[in-house]
Amino acid sequence: MTANGWFQILFFLLVIFLVTKPLGVFMARVFNREKTFLDPFLRPVEKLVYRVTAVDEQHEMCWTEYTTAMLLFSGVSMTLLYLIERLQKWLPFNPQKLPNVEPGLAFGTAASFTTNTNWQSYVPETTMSYLTQMMGLAYHNFVSAAVGIVLAIVVTRGIARRETEKLGNFWVDTTRCLLWVLLPMCLVGSLIFVSQGVVQNFKPYTAAQLLDPQTVQVTGADGKTTTRTVTQQVIAQGPVASQEVIKEFGTNGGGFFNANSSHPFENPTPFSNFFELVLIFAIPSGLTYTLGRVTGSPRHGWAVWGAMAFLFLAAVSAAYWAESRGNPQFQDYVDQHASAMQSGGNLEGKEVRFGTASSALFATVTTDASCGAVNGMHDSFTPLGGMVPLINIMLGEAVFGGVGAGLYGMFVFIVLSVFIAGLMVGRTPEYLGKKIESYDVKMAMLAVLILTFTILGFSAFAVVEPFGTAGITNPGPHGLSQILYAYVSSAGNNGSAFAGINANTMWYNTSTAVAQLLGRFFMIIPIMAIAGSLARKKTVPESAGSFPVTGALFSTLLVSTILIVGALTFFPALSLGPILEHLLMMAGKSF
Amino acid sequence: MNTPGQAKAKPVGDKKIVLRAIGDSVSKLDPRTMVKNPVMFVVEVGSALTTLQLVRDTLHHVGRFAFGLQITAWLWFTVLFANFAEAMAEGRGKAQADTLRKARAETQAHRLRSDGSAEVVPSSKLRSGDVVRVKAGEFIPGDGEVIEGVASVDESAITGESAPVIRESGGDRSAVTGGTRVLSDEIKVKITSNPGETFLDRMIRLVEGASRQRTPNEIALNILLAGLTIIFLLAVVTLQPYAIYSGAPQNIFVLVSLLVCLIPTTIGGLLSAIGIAGMDRMIQRNVIAMSGRAVEASGDVDVLLLDKTGTITLGNREATMFLPCPNVDETDLANAAQLASLADETPEGRSIVVLAKEKYGLRGRDFAQHNPVFIPFSAQTRMSGVDLDGRQIRKGAPDAIAKYIAERGQQVPKETQQCVADISNGGGTPLLVAENGRVLGVIALTDIVKGGMLERFNHLRAMGIRTMMITGDNPLTAAAIARQAGVDDFLAEARPEDKMALIKREQAKGKLVAMTGDGTNDAPALAQADVGVAMNTGTQAAKEAGNMVDLDSNPTKLIEIVEIGKQLLITRGALTTFSVANDVAKYFAIIPAMFAGAFPQLNVLNLMRLATPQSAILSAVIFNALIIIALIPLALRGVTYRPVGAAALLRRNLFIYGLGGVIAPFVGIKLIDMLISYLHFA
Repeated sequence: MTANGWFQILFFLLVIFLVTKPLGVFMARVFNREKTFLDPFLRPVEKLVYRVTAVDEQHEMCWTEYTTAMLLFSGVSMTLLYLIERLQKWLPFNPQKLPNVEPGLAFGTAASFTTNTNWQSYVPETTMSYLTQMMGLAYHNFVSAAVGIVLAIVVTRGIARRETEKLGNFWVDTTRCLLWVLLPMCLVGSLIFVSQGVVQNFKPYTAAQLLDPQTVQVTGADGKTTTRTVTQQVIAQGPVASQEVIKEFGTNGGGFFNANSSHPFENPTPFSNFFELVLIFAIPSGLTYTLGRVTGSPRHGWAVWGAMAFLFLAAVSAAYWAESRGNPQFQDYVDQHASAMQSGGNLEGKEVRFGTASSALFATVTTDASCGAVNGMHDSFTPLGGMVPLINIMLGEAVFGGVGAGLYGMFVFIVLSVFIAGLMVGRTPEYLGKKIESYDVKMAMLAVLILTFTILGFSAFAVVEPFGTAGITNPGPHGLSQILYAYVSSAGNNGSAFAGINANTMWYNTSTAVAQLLGRFFMIIPIMAIAGSLARKKTVPESAGSFPVTGALFSTLLVSTILIVGALTFFPALSLGPILEHLLMMAGKSF
Repeated sequence: MNTPGQAKAKPVGDKKIVLRAIGDSVSKLDPRTMVKNPVMFVVEVGSALTTLQLVRDTLHHVGRFAFGLQITAWLWFTVLFANFAEAMAEGRGKAQADTLRKARAETQAHRLRSDGSAEVVPSSKLRSGDVVRVKAGEFIPGDGEVIEGVASVDESAITGESAPVIRESGGDRSAVTGGTRVLSDEIKVKITSNPGETFLDRMIRLVEGASRQRTPNEIALNILLAGLTIIFLLAVVTLQPYAIYSGAPQNIFVLVSLLVCLIPTTIGGLLSAIGIAGMDRMIQRNVIAMSGRAVEASGDVDVLLLDKTGTITLGNREATMFLPCPNVDETDLANAAQLASLADETPEGRSIVVLAKEKYGLRGRDFAQHNPVFIPFSAQTRMSGVDLDGRQIRKGAPDAIAKYIAERGQQVPKETQQCVADISNGGGTPLLVAENGRVLGVIALTDIVKGGMLERFNHLRAMGIRTMMITGDNPLTAAAIARQAGVDDFLAEARPEDKMALIKREQAKGKLVAMTGDGTNDAPALAQADVGVAMNTGTQAAKEAGNMVDLDSNPTKLIEIVEIGKQLLITRGALTTFSVANDVAKYFAIIPAMFAGAFPQLNVLNLMRLATPQSAILSAVIFNALIIIALIPLALRGVTYRPVGAAALLRRNLFIYGLGGVIAPFVGIKLIDMLISYLHFA
C-alpha cells in the first residue's frame, strides 16, 4: 500500500462528499417540480413530450398504479430490445455485418439491460451492431437508470407524505429524470470523455498492421495445438463516448467493448478513470441528501450517507490491502513490491496503467453501486480481494448502490434496523414519524428473502448440476466463487463478473436472466408496497422519546444491521469459496 | 401493595408454579400448538428429524451415537425450555385466577319481581336488567349499579384493599362488582352483565391469558422472526450443495444444529412470555388491562391528560391562611370564618374549620341556645354563612361578597383587594369573609401539589411525553398550579366535551393520548383515548369505556402504566437484538467445525479454539438452549427502564444487548466447551 494509493481513495471520497449536497438538492427540486436553472430549456420539451404522449401532468398515482406503469414500461422496453437484437442483421448501422443475436443470448441481454444489470455474456464488439448498442442498449441504460431513480424518489415521498394514496406520476417522474438529471450530464460528460481520447464514430473496425508480428499458440477444436503468426490486429471502433457517461452515471456498467473500462478507448487516462468513478457514485450519493431534504431531516440523509461511506471505506481498504499484498506463491519469482516503477501487489488481470489502488477502488465502487463496469478483472483478484466485490453485492448493494436501487435497497435495511432496535427506546418502532407495522415488516422481509432466495437457490443448484459446473474455468473453491458471483451479480443487478466463468450457455443465459428479473422487479414490488403503506399513515411528531435516525449512533446501527443480516446469510457460502481459497493459497495451493 | 384476590406477587421461583410449568411445557409440544410459533416449530421439526436419524443410525450401527444422542436431546430441551418460559409466565396468572374463581363461587340472589316481592335464584341465572336486593353480609351476585340505597362494601376480593368502600345510588359511586360483599345496610342493584361476561369473569380470563391475543407489534415481530428463520433455513439448506461441491457433505445432526443455532430461538422462545409478563406486571400493580394492545399502546403514549384534582394535587383545595383586613384581629377573622363554615360540608368548608382549630385553638361550640340560622350556598348568591345572635356572617367569592357589602354601603379595603389578587395570581382561591356588611378579611384556599410530581414530570419530559393538566379552574389559577407542578400545558375551565375535543385534536396530529377518568361523563373521552384508565370506584360506564381499570383508583398510576408499557417494548427489542447478535459467535463455532475435517486450514476461523468439531457443535447447541432458561427471569421481570431520552436509552441498550449479544456467546460457548471436554462428552 502506498501513500499515493490512499490519497486516491480518500480524495475520491472527498469529491463524492462535495457533490452530494448540490446534486441532492437539485434532484429534490427536479422531482418536487420546483424551479431549476434548466427550466427555460427543458420545460418546453417536457410539455411537448406530455402533449405527444397524452400524459396528464397533474395526475397522481397510488403505489399499485405507479408500479404497474413501471412494469408495463419495462416489459415493452425489454421486448423492443429483444426484437432489435434479433433483427439487427437487416437494420441499419451495422457496418461489420454482424448476424442476428441468437435467442437465448438476446433474451438474457434484454433482461440484463432492462434490469440495469448489464451482465454481458458476449463480446459486444463482435455481437452487437452500432444500432443495437445505441437504440437498444444505450436506451436501456437511460431508462433503467431513470426507473431506479424515480422509484427511490417514490420511497422518499412515501416517508414524507401523510395520509395519502398518491405518490406521484411515473411518466412525469421518468421524463423529468431523463431530461433534467441524466441527459444534461451525459451531454457534458461525453465531451469530457472525448477530450480525454474516448472514440466517437460510426466507422467500421480498423485493421492495423503489427510492427512486431506475434507468434501465438492456438488450440483448435480438435484439441491440437498449433502455432500461428499474427501480423494484423482489428481495432474496434464506434460511438463510445456518448455511451460511456450513462454507463457509469446510470450505474449500468455494460461496456461498449468486452474489456469494459480497462479498454483504452473507453477509459484512456487517469483523469477519465477518476471521472468514471465519480460518475458512478454521484447520483446514489446525492440521493441520500435528497432523502434527507424531502423528508425534512437532512441530518438523517447524512446519517445514511455516513453508514454508506463507512462500509465503502472498509471495503476499499480490505480490497486494497489484499491486492497490494500480492500472491505469496509468487514471492520468490516476481517482485511484487510497490516502487517508483510499479504499483506492486497482485497485477494479474489489472491494467498496469491503473495499478492496485485504482483497480481496488474501481472494483469496490462498481460493486458497492450496482454498476458493474470494471477496469480490472475481479476473477483475477486475490481470493480476499475478490471477496470484497462479492460481499458488496451480497449486502444488497446498499452502499451508495445503483442509481435509486441503492437508496431503496438501503431503505429495506433502514426499516429492519428501525424495527429491531426501535423497540429498545420503549416505543413501537417508528421511522421519521411513521410507525413500522407488520405489513411493512412483511414486505421488507419479502424483499430480503427474494434476494437471498435468488442468490443462494440458483447457485446451490448450479454447483451440483453438470450444466452449472460446466461453466467453471477453475476448480475448487474458486469455481464456487465464480458460480456464486454470477448469481450474486445477477440478482444484485450488478453485471460485473468473475470473468473466468463461461456464461454464454443456455443454462446461464436463462438462469441469470431470471435471477436479474427477480432481483429487480420482485424486489421493487414489496418496496413500493412499503412506500404506499407509509404514505397512508399519520406522521407522529418527533419528540425526545422518538427513535433517533440521525447521528453516529444510527449510522452504527445501520452498519451493524447490514453486516449482520448480510454476513449471516452468506457466511457459509463465503467460507467455502473465497475464504477457503485464501487459506489454501496461504498454504501454498492455488486454483 | 395488595394484589387481586390477595394473591401476593409470587417470586419467579415459586415451587408450585414451577412444577405446573414443567408439566405444561411438555403438553405444549403438541405440533398444533407449536405451529403458532414458527421459530420454535422449526426447532421441533428439526428435533424430530434428528431423532429419526438417531434411530436409523442406531439400527444400522453407524454414526457417533453419543454425539447424535446429545445433540438430539439438547434440541428437544431447546423446545422444552421455550415452552417452559411461556408456562412460567402464564403460571402466575393461573395462580391468581384460581383465587379469583373462589370469589366467583355460586351465590344465591334475591331477585325482585315486578311486584316488588323477592325470589331466590342462583347467581348464574341472573340476566342483564334484573334487579336484586342485597343485604348486609350477602355477596353481590353480579356486576351492576346501585339503584336504591347506600351500603358499605368489602371489595377486597377484587382490589385486595381491605377497607370497605361506600356504594350508593346515583352519582359516580354507584357501580358494584359481582363477588364483593355488602357489610352494612341494604341496596337494590340493577344487574348489568350476563353470566360469563362479568368483570370477574373477564379478569379471570385476562390473568389466565386465555383471551390473550397477539398485539400488533408482537405480530409484526413474529413476521420478522419467521422471515429470519426462512432466510437461515435457505442458508443451511443451500450449504449442503456447496459442501457436496467442496467434497465435504454434512450429516443431518450438524445441519440441524447449525439451523437451530442461527434462527432466533432466544427471542422466539421468550416472545410470548414477555407479553404475558407485561400483562402480569400490570396486574401486580392492580391495573387490569383489557387487552395486550392497550399495554403496548401505553408505551407509545405521547400525551398524558391528568386531572388536576387527585392526580397532581392532593384531593381538594384546603384553607391555608387567614389574611385579616387592616384593623381586624386575625383570631376574629378565624372565628368568623369557622362559624360561617360549620354547616359547610364541602371539603373546602371543613378545611376552614380545621385550620381555625389547629392554628387558633378554636373549637366547635354548642350553638343550640343561639338559634343559629345557617345560610346554605346557592348558585344565585354564591355565598354561604350563618346568622346568630344578630351577627350576620357571610363567606364567598370576592365579587359576590363585594356586591353583598356594596348593597350595605361598604367597600372592600384596598389592601384586601390587593390580597385577593395576590392569592388568585398565586394559584389559590380567595374567599372573603364579611360580618354585618363589613369585610373582615380573606381566607386563602390553596391546592397542595403532591410531593415528587415535579420530578416525575421531568422524567416524562425526558421520555418525550407531554403532560397536560385538566382542570375546571380559571386559566389564571390553572397556570399557577401548572407552573408549580411542572406540567407542560393545561386545559382550564374544562368541560367533558372540551376534554374530548382536546383528545381528538392531539390524535389528529398523530399523537397517542392517555387519560384517566371515573365519571359517566368521562366515558366518551375514555373510549376515545388510546389508553383510557378507568378508576375502579368509577361508574360502570366509565369502566366499560376505558381499556384499563385501576383497582386502586389512583390516577397517578397512569405514569406507572406508561413505564410498564415501555418496559415491555424494550424487553422485546433487547432480546431480539441479543438473539440476532448471538449468531456471529455461533457461526465461528460451527462453520470451522463442519469443514475443518476436509480443510484443516479453516480451523483459523475457530476463534474460540474449541476442542473438537463435535464439542464445538454441541457447545453451541447447549449454549443456545441454556440461554433461553438464563433469560427467563429477565423476560418475566422486564429490562430495567430508565426515564431518559430515546438516544441515551438506545445507546445503552445497544451496548448491553447488541454488543453484549455478540460477546456473551463467545464466552459462554467456550466455557461449555471446556466443561464438556473435561467431562469427555464429546
